[in-house]
Amino acid sequence: MTASDRDPATGRPVPTTAGGGPAGGTPSGSGNGQGDGAALLRVEDLKVYFPIREGMIIERHVGDVRAVDGISFSMTRGETLGLVGESGCGKSTTGRAIIRLYEPTAGRVLFDGVDITSLDKGGLKGMRRRMQMIFQDPYASLDPRMTAGGIIAEPLDIHDVGAKRDRRMRVRDLLSTVGLNPDYADRYPHEFSGGQRQRIGVARALALEPDMIVADEPISALDVSIQAQIINLLERLQDSLGLTYLFIAHDLSVIRHISDRIAVMYLGRIVELASSRDLNRTPLHPYTVALLSAVPIPDPVVESRRRRIILTGDVPSPVNPPSGCRFHTRCWLRQQLGNPGECETVDPEFRVLGPMHEVACHFAARVDGSTEQLQATGRAPAHAAGAIAGGAEFGDASPPGPPDRPQGVAD
Amino acid sequence: MAAPAIRVGRPVEARASRGLWSDAFRRLLRNRPALVGVLFIALFVVTALIAPLIAPYAPLAGTLADRLQPPNTAHLMGTDLQGRDELSRVMYGARVSLVAGVASVVMGVFIGGLIGALAGGLGGKVDSVLMRVVDVMLAIPGILLAIGIVAWLDRGLPQIMFAVAMVNVPIFARILRGSLLSLRESDYVIASRSLGASGFRVLVRHMLPNSLTPLIVAATLALATAIIDVAGLGFLGLGPPDPRTPEWGTMLTDSTKFLRQAPWLIIFPGLAIVVSAVGFNLLGDGLRESLDPRLKQ
Repeated sequence: MTASDRDPATGRPVPTTAGGGPAGGTPSGSGNGQGDGAALLRVEDLKVYFPIREGMIIERHVGDVRAVDGISFSMTRGETLGLVGESGCGKSTTGRAIIRLYEPTAGRVLFDGVDITSLDKGGLKGMRRRMQMIFQDPYASLDPRMTAGGIIAEPLDIHDVGAKRDRRMRVRDLLSTVGLNPDYADRYPHEFSGGQRQRIGVARALALEPDMIVADEPISALDVSIQAQIINLLERLQDSLGLTYLFIAHDLSVIRHISDRIAVMYLGRIVELASSRDLNRTPLHPYTVALLSAVPIPDPVVESRRRRIILTGDVPSPVNPPSGCRFHTRCWLRQQLGNPGECETVDPEFRVLGPMHEVACHFAARVDGSTEQLQATGRAPAHAAGAIAGGAEFGDASPPGPPDRPQGVAD
Repeated sequence: MAAPAIRVGRPVEARASRGLWSDAFRRLLRNRPALVGVLFIALFVVTALIAPLIAPYAPLAGTLADRLQPPNTAHLMGTDLQGRDELSRVMYGARVSLVAGVASVVMGVFIGGLIGALAGGLGGKVDSVLMRVVDVMLAIPGILLAIGIVAWLDRGLPQIMFAVAMVNVPIFARILRGSLLSLRESDYVIASRSLGASGFRVLVRHMLPNSLTPLIVAATLALATAIIDVAGLGFLGLGPPDPRTPEWGTMLTDSTKFLRQAPWLIIFPGLAIVVSAVGFNLLGDGLRESLDPRLKQ
């Protein structure tokens, strides 16, 4: 399959029957044909451990940092999967392991049916044409000694695409695609602003017309006003080029805007995976609820009644993760339930609860409809626990009588 | 309450900046001490280059009748024990110092850079082995190492250059390896790898160009110490085998016994060493400042 005959998919392909053609293009395309054949990327039980060594001359292996400890998910063509979690939870490592910047310790990464983890050098280089990366810090991800044009042309140079003059034209095209003046090609990175630099990073990722882009916190280092510009740019590019995004962020409010589905990571595991809508309306993992409770809701009435769930303590060390459920040391639900022993001893498996909604929690059913869940999602006032049903947007749940105030103040 | 008038200055004229080096050069021109350094170096280099044209006498010719004259109009820096003109000898001495200094530093940068690039670029076992060797070299005081090498290889200008180069090799190797290591995990190197670039390409296109700055600064500063080291070897009696060669360190040694009677024989060669060494030091410091992107205005 040559690079030129990629599908001219305009608009996002619908997940179920998408990708007419290219799925069967690779030889082993049907080999793993379980379920939907449109999966562009399938990650199976991926583990990335970083060994800890001790000793100067004779090195001993004394332990592992289990940055990613057995995660599985799949992505369909044209989809955006958001990956959220605290710093250190392994989300960036996941992104880098998928394009094999880190060697996975175990597991498989199937891209278009081909297992990336077993590719040799040449095969990997070919695969890299189809998967690109956008980095967090636009000040660090561009070589200060190269011009913008040189940076954007680098992927073309590496893969020897086109003649020299064509490459220059391509660079100009790419610059205007990402909203920069094509005449800026001769400038150096330090002459650009943060947002402009990130656009250069995006242009570099687009140069080889990839199928998938791993965006590793692409907006976290930018000003708020610039963040929206880059998000809009990424969305526009997805619509026109049919890109698939793995979008990594620590900020749920951003990621739920851009993602079709969201995976929440905690300490090297995915704890909840659901469509963006489901995850925001009915989060079923206590950790997700806690994350959501920290996202402000742009309605002062609703906002004033909400209570944040403050997680106590630090994230445990990934060298020595807690037994059972990894979140049990900080879980608010476990405390409410009177510390059931199950949480400490049994590792909760990833269960399907609802359409395309997967959770790793023994007591996920207790989360649904809880006061915490309703408050975190802004769907109901503090007292109206249990009123989960019927598509209640938070707008109609607030005929603002003074429900809370008398108790505390008027006495 | 009247608001104080806000004075708006003329906007700074936007000038097209042309990359890191030209920006650095512009900053260097505004750096006074560095310019003084350049002046000293120019004095030293020009003197060395045109010594035969400007020296009033031949450096080896002298009559005993003229010995130990204090500075006067005929001999601006006086004459030495054998009646040779001190000014001419200092001028010719610059040639020895320039050649020995530059050659030894170039040699040191080349060997040290190679070791550093191998260690930092390949990493792993290669890195461990090379760095232990470098550690051993660093453990020996520089001038002692140089003395040892000259004693081992016999006296001579090439040997002196090699000895001084070897003093600098471990320093250069460490500097280059250090900056390569810090670049290895930098985002743009990872970005290049994620694009499918080979390890060699990443090293040559991204890592080396970005790690040369500290090496260049270190090399400039090393020129100063190299000149002193060469003179030091001469002072210790390990200078050029021909005792008549006008070499600053050797000239100092020859005159120490006459310090009371003929202090000018110490002062002028000493001054020459100081001027050239300080010149390279000032320029090196200036380069470091102007190449540091954090100081960017």
